[in-house]
Amino acid sequence: MGQVKSLADLRKIKENQQGKMSLREKSNNPESLVQVRVAMATCGIASGAKQVMDFFIEEFDKRNIQAVVTQTGCMGYCFAEPTVEVTLPGKEPVVFGYVDAKKADDIIEKYVKNGELVEGIIPVNYETIEKK
Amino acid sequence: MAKYKMHVLVCGGTGCHASQSDLLLDNLKTIVADKGLDNEVQVIATGCFGFCEKGPIVKIMPDNTFYTQVTPEDAREIIEEHLIKGRKVNRLLYVDPENQEHIADSKHMGFYKKQLRIALRNCGFIDPENIDEYIARDGYEAMAKCLTEMTPQQVIDIMKKSGLRGRGGGGFPTGLKWEITNRSVSDIKYVVCNADEGDPGAFMDRSILEGDPHSVIEAMAICGYCIGGEHGLVYIRAEYPLAINRLKIAIEQAREYGLLGKNILGSDFSFDIELRYGAGAFVCGEETALIHSMEGLRGEPTVKPPFPSVSGYFEKPTNVNNVETFANVPVIINKGAEWFSSIGSEKSKGTKVFALAGKINNVGLIEVPMGTTLREVIYEIGGGIKDGKKFKAVQTGGPSGGCLTEKHLDVPIDYDNLIASGSMMGSGGMIVMDEDDCMVSVAKFYLDFTVEESCGKCSPCRIGNKRLYEILDKITQGKGTRDDIDRLRNLSTVIKDTALCGLGQTSPNPVLSTIDNFWDEYIEHVTDKKCRSGQCKALLQYFIDAENCVGCTACARNCPVNAIAGERKGIHVIDQTTCIKCGACMEKCKFNAVYIK
Repeated sequence: MGQVKSLADLRKIKENQQGKMSLREKSNNPESLVQVRVAMATCGIASGAKQVMDFFIEEFDKRNIQAVVTQTGCMGYCFAEPTVEVTLPGKEPVVFGYVDAKKADDIIEKYVKNGELVEGIIPVNYETIEKK
Repeated sequence: MAKYKMHVLVCGGTGCHASQSDLLLDNLKTIVADKGLDNEVQVIATGCFGFCEKGPIVKIMPDNTFYTQVTPEDAREIIEEHLIKGRKVNRLLYVDPENQEHIADSKHMGFYKKQLRIALRNCGFIDPENIDEYIARDGYEAMAKCLTEMTPQQVIDIMKKSGLRGRGGGGFPTGLKWEITNRSVSDIKYVVCNADEGDPGAFMDRSILEGDPHSVIEAMAICGYCIGGEHGLVYIRAEYPLAINRLKIAIEQAREYGLLGKNILGSDFSFDIELRYGAGAFVCGEETALIHSMEGLRGEPTVKPPFPSVSGYFEKPTNVNNVETFANVPVIINKGAEWFSSIGSEKSKGTKVFALAGKINNVGLIEVPMGTTLREVIYEIGGGIKDGKKFKAVQTGGPSGGCLTEKHLDVPIDYDNLIASGSMMGSGGMIVMDEDDCMVSVAKFYLDFTVEESCGKCSPCRIGNKRLYEILDKITQGKGTRDDIDRLRNLSTVIKDTALCGLGQTSPNPVLSTIDNFWDEYIEHVTDKKCRSGQCKALLQYFIDAENCVGCTACARNCPVNAIAGERKGIHVIDQTTCIKCGACMEKCKFNAVYIK
């Protein structure tokens, strides 16, 4: 640990550490951010959900998009794994199937940035307890 | 470098620590490493989350899952189910007492909804043993701003404008205190942090020091800059080992970074902090007694003036502030006096931390804006009274305060309103009482405490409080008279007017406020010889119901003083003059024939 000699030094430590803690900061108000939930049950992991999740986390960081990436259980669309649910602030969640790195890239560029839909959407036609 | 996807925050406050959160933390870390997740999941200990009722607490981010009452054995399930498979462990989630539903997200818990956390901003969010995490949350930026961009007077002006008042109980304006110490001329001046939290049931200062020690260190340095002092002292009770340990680590880290020591941040301001341990005497929370104790003398108060700001530690100007007061300072500098003074009520700005204890569902630590009503605190945040019983009173201000009753439920809580209601803010302990509590016994309990804690220097406190206690004891024994109540009142007034320090001047408050608010109960005790809550054992009378008694003689055989007479298969009778009210007869009777009146 070096000595902190000026306000600039202090800010440097702050920025460096903030990156490590942004996960906690963001989760205080996830509604205002892009939320991505990756289905990570056995079927999802087997089809590569872990890599997809890593891709999202790294790319959001690189492309400077404020987002929260979490994992969730099986969404039931085992035929279309890996599946990913994306919720833009103030919008209904949209579920995408067959997501690989390329599709993930499409989702970020088209849906997250511009709100354009991408192929592979799984229509959600059930009700959850929360909605009732 | 590890790229963490998830952060697991484990409460490391004293409460959760006592329920094995340290073991839980070890288990989580070991299993995470076993599963090869140590590059994805970060497990850290934090300060108190405040929800001590349901500790140990584990919070998982980013999905904000809030697990309660987690045992070390639950670590594996949390990791295998939640972290790996993404399924929340339902049985560990908080259950809403109203509709019995599981609540996963702490934001939806009634306990957190109404809270606004300024002093506790980092508690339960950062690792208190890692200075970088504090810096990431704007830590030491306020100090840097003061040292590089502002004059001491400018900082004092901000403090004055913010309206921050001492959180230790008295409510003296902090900025003004700093200004007075600044004006005192001397070669050496001291900054003292009062961490001698002595109110029974109060633990906000301990939690701040355990959860966010750097905020206090930073604020003490700012204070040192304002008053022109280079020496900081924390007077902390030796019963707080965890807080002492975290504070030591924090001071060491700040020194390594050069945030304490010579020429901080290249300025010509130097400041360092030392610890002084108290032996846990209540009176040492009083600033003059505290200073004497630090000097190595007996912890006895002296008459003010001179105030410590003029002549304190070794007769040098000394600025004494409480832990919670200090914790507010960095935020005020960073966010501005206007921001701070926009929160709270007219004469009490900002927030206050309260420790909820007693017969309340959510025992714990909360922080609310000044002006929040007692009803909101007790029912919405505190979750109401235990076992659905009826609210009777709440004691605020500890042994120096008074009780508030149902008619005060909608009074906005601030310094002045509490005093107008016959109590005081104190350090923020709130002990909730229900219908089963006898108010005479409550007054007696607090007097017992002050009698024990009185330093004995002045006679009103040493002798007067002892007499108050004896009269109260006489009343609870059923031997009191109407004159005794008048005597209590007179003596209380005299003690208040003549005692030397704050301890003695406030010790009769619980007596006066219970007499004012529960006059009926006192009268019942002295004229009807009755205690409606059944707490005063001496006032109970045992009877045998002639309808239910079958004459089995079980009660008579078990009575240790032979107070029960009656033939076999005949109705038994208790002789009230011999009965010692031990309750053995009631316990032995199989026919529910013994009752209390």
